[in-house]
Amino acid sequence: MKRRTTLKAGVALAAMTLAGAAFAADPIVIGAVAPKTGPLAGGAAVTHWPNIQLWVSEVNGRGGLDVGGEKRMIEVIEYDDQTNPQETIKAVTRLATQDKADFVLAPYSTGLNLAAAPIYQRFGYPQITSSASTDQIVELSDKFPGMFFLLGQNREIVGDAVSILNALREAGEIGDDVAMVNVADAFGIELAATAKPIFEEAGFNLVYETSYPLGTQDLSPVMKAAKAADPDAFVAWSYPPDTFGLTEQAIIEDLDVKAFYTAVATAFPAYGERFGAAAEGVMGIGGVNTASPEFQDYAARHMEVTGQAPDHWASGMMYASLQILEQAIEGAGTIDREVVTQYIKDHAFETVMGTVDFDEHNNNPEYWTVGQWQNGEFKGIASTGRDGAVPVLIKEGWE
Amino acid sequence: MDIIITGLILGGTYALIAIGLNLQYGVARIMNLANGEMLVAGGYTAFALYTGAGLSPLLTIFLVAPAAFAVNWAIYRVMLRPLVKRAPNRGALEQDSILATFGLSFVMVGLMVWAFGGDYFNYAYLSRRVEIFGDGFGLNRVVAFLCATALCAALFIWMNLSRAGMVIRAVAVSPDSARLVGIDVPRLSAIAFALGGAVTAVGGAVLSTYLTLDASTGVIFTMKALIIVIMGGVGDIRGTIVAALILGLGETLVATLIDPGLTLAAAYALFILILLFRPQGLFGRRQA
Repeated sequence: MKRRTTLKAGVALAAMTLAGAAFAADPIVIGAVAPKTGPLAGGAAVTHWPNIQLWVSEVNGRGGLDVGGEKRMIEVIEYDDQTNPQETIKAVTRLATQDKADFVLAPYSTGLNLAAAPIYQRFGYPQITSSASTDQIVELSDKFPGMFFLLGQNREIVGDAVSILNALREAGEIGDDVAMVNVADAFGIELAATAKPIFEEAGFNLVYETSYPLGTQDLSPVMKAAKAADPDAFVAWSYPPDTFGLTEQAIIEDLDVKAFYTAVATAFPAYGERFGAAAEGVMGIGGVNTASPEFQDYAARHMEVTGQAPDHWASGMMYASLQILEQAIEGAGTIDREVVTQYIKDHAFETVMGTVDFDEHNNNPEYWTVGQWQNGEFKGIASTGRDGAVPVLIKEGWE
Repeated sequence: MDIIITGLILGGTYALIAIGLNLQYGVARIMNLANGEMLVAGGYTAFALYTGAGLSPLLTIFLVAPAAFAVNWAIYRVMLRPLVKRAPNRGALEQDSILATFGLSFVMVGLMVWAFGGDYFNYAYLSRRVEIFGDGFGLNRVVAFLCATALCAALFIWMNLSRAGMVIRAVAVSPDSARLVGIDVPRLSAIAFALGGAVTAVGGAVLSTYLTLDASTGVIFTMKALIIVIMGGVGDIRGTIVAALILGLGETLVATLIDPGLTLAAAYALFILILLFRPQGLFGRRQA
């Protein structure tokens, strides 16, 4: 019997953590649902969870949120959705019905956000997504008026990457030949499908094109074939483990390209730590204005409170989504979800990523699309209207 | 030539993933679904010691092996022994152990998330190019292949030439008759399970030099190990090694000559073929 109890306690501990204690003065209950286990847990551990920790510690350190003249602390209830959409939906339902959460933060990743949208809608929670990248923003915001989008659209992210290569070509730095690979997962397939016609329209020549399964342990055949095609630029719509794997193989194969692009995780601090000087000139999804004092200050606080650095893509947006919720609750002076949602639609917000003013489709029209490692930092080189883009570097080998 | 070497190196990786499970399943009769988590734990230990103390992963394995042996021995004694005792036959034990270790895998993921966070981890170790017959390969992968070869050879020789190894094989072939000739089957099963866990953790430490892992990736390795062990035949080390090499060569062949997108399909096609024509696995014995 004793053994069983220990096991159960272990499972319970693993499945769910309750953060924050109960406060006497009627706290605001905020639910958080995202992966702590499963395929996307690694990304959520970099981008999602640390920001919640930072935000709660800051808000409660200030004495709580000012709701109509009354200071109220925040109590966060966290659930692990195991990277499983059904679990996300279950957890949101549980937060609404049993935990009586006043607000539920948007979940992590495109897929989980889309899957959970109807349940946020049903309970009237504003869903300020900071890690969802989709081309269906207009349709989604029509259907789910409380859903907001900070991270942008795939076709802009892909389009800007192609534009950068185009600019390099016009400057005479690279030729027409591009090798493009993608991870055979919803994200990689969608981006590759979006990218192909854009590349062709721009007059690029796809000399090598392939996909590889998620979790492939040996990417050397992919990189060897890409190298054999002798491209001028290499583009991978990749996920974290393969972003690292492809870069490592490119170094080993000494892939000689002037432009090297990998997708998710290129903006992670771990990428720079792992590859050091070899990362110089590598391009990837995301970017931030590293010169902005707001971002620098945020990065320092992130480091101090959570012990890790933020990534240079969605981390800042995740924190911005929390700032928006905070400012909307204080501005509206209530925790009435409908009023707060309307407040978000009607106002602009000052965040660590700059001013965010949602358009009529609940979309943040200004965001970073492409970044590049320069002098040990991942800096934004293209955006849809943010300040502070730095000039593009030519990739000069892997040393 | 390039394909053959790349394939063999990948086969070495697969052997490291699967050989521990073979010991656990073949001898102790525990279909351990928490195998991948043990591998990730070994990998994390190597990562932490390398980044924290600058200790080479190739030295770390000498710490990981005894630690994992002890942990797995304890797991067997505390958690699995009662299942073995009450199981009326082998089928029932397999069923129970699958359920129990499936639960164990969640506990281990939870513990790892709690202990080291859910973040991805990797590091650069021997990440250099070496030339073999004019083609370039990652040095860390070549070293891992050598480790796999050494480990498999050591296990094979030990199993076939030493008395302890012979006893373990006897238990694998027929636990009931082994008992009749005075072999302490429960004790040996515990040792085999612990040894299997130690081998898996060592494999994880070696693999961490070139794979990016996180607390939740274990299941990928469990799946791969399962396929390889079943393909090779339960309870025979040669089978696992041959199956790992076949899988490595097959996947590389398909990735290079046809399309990298088809590697998974190729792996499972091989798996189905072998199951169709040799349901007991390449080196397995037909069950009465």
